Amino acid sequence: MKLIISAQGSSLESQVDRRFGRCMWLILFDTETDQWEAFQNPGTSQSGGAGVAAAQFVVDNKADVVCSGDFGPNASRAFQAANVEMRHFAENITTVQEAIDQFKQDMLLK
Amino acid sequence: MQIAVASGKGGTGKTTIATSLALSLASLAKVRYFDCDVEAPNGHLFLKPEFTESTPAVIRIPQIQTEKCTACGRCVEVCEFHALAKVRKNILVFPQLCHGCGSCTWNCPENAIVEVPNPIGTIERGMALENMEFFRGLLTISEPMPTPIIRQLKKRMQPQPNTINIYDAPPGASCSVVETLRGVDFALLVTEPTPFGLHDLKQMLGILSDMQIPSGVVINRDGIGDDSLEETLREYRIPVLLRVPFDRKLAENLAAGRTLVDVYPQYGDILRELYQQITEIVGGKTK
Repeated sequence: MKLIISAQGSSLESQVDRRFGRCMWLILFDTETDQWEAFQNPGTSQSGGAGVAAAQFVVDNKADVVCSGDFGPNASRAFQAANVEMRHFAENITTVQEAIDQFKQDMLLK
Repeated sequence: MQIAVASGKGGTGKTTIATSLALSLASLAKVRYFDCDVEAPNGHLFLKPEFTESTPAVIRIPQIQTEKCTACGRCVEVCEFHALAKVRKNILVFPQLCHGCGSCTWNCPENAIVEVPNPIGTIERGMALENMEFFRGLLTISEPMPTPIIRQLKKRMQPQPNTINIYDAPPGASCSVVETLRGVDFALLVTEPTPFGLHDLKQMLGILSDMQIPSGVVINRDGIGDDSLEETLREYRIPVLLRVPFDRKLAENLAAGRTLVDVYPQYGDILRELYQQITEIVGGKTK
């Protein structure tokens, strides 16, 4: 399963980013191979439509699940149409690795 | 003659000056007043026009004809504003992000996009005095983009001899103000002698310099604050054309919908004289 997580940095030890549309990095993680890759979010410096730009990226990378602090109305609509599941970080999650571990235990909030 | 009344900081007195300027000039020429603050118009509170016409202001947005669309994604690629997304062989349109530029329609290889009108507000016209036409735009609540309405409002401008068009600009120094200023002969800047007023005025001066529009300043609420405004104006060589002293009686009357010239009729002559100064500055520029 492919998972994308919004992050403030480009490694698994980086802090997660609770914003989706304008986060700095999108970390793609494959739970079957444990392979991962960090991408710069195309929405970061957009003056408008950041949520759409970031969501388009997630959809183009064929993610099954996307995790962030919250999703705006445009990103939500795109993900609903694409059948990409949206999950939210719990209060205590700080790093990307923690989010991945929580996901594997199905503990991320829906 | 096309004069915009702008400020930078909100609440400095643009409408106070714009409405009384319009009333004072109505005896000299045909005056047309355009309330370009389409998010919160207030000129009507002072000029009390009788509205006779209302037309929808629309922006043209794309509609995907699914029977022709192959989901190639070209429209998504060309959209500068991310108003389109490609999701599972469907193209989604986000109307509130669309700027109506037409690039998607133009670039679609299958001609699968049709432009449809998306109403975002209204343009209204009325008469304020026997010879003063009053125009305003009204952006529908929750719509994010005032600029297309201002553009449509200004299409009614029809520059004519012996006509003075006065544009009451929105507050701030962003797209909606730039659209209001586009093509005007002069920007009358209404400001107050406070640090906030000065900060935002400087942004306006930067914009006017880029747009090469001459300007002059009205210092409203003169007597409060400090000297930094006047020092800055000397430095930028922007003329101070009028000072309106801080005055509680005036403030109370404005709050009741009475104009500056209602309360102090002597401003009629003062504003006509200000207009003469504007014509001299504008005339000097074209020499």
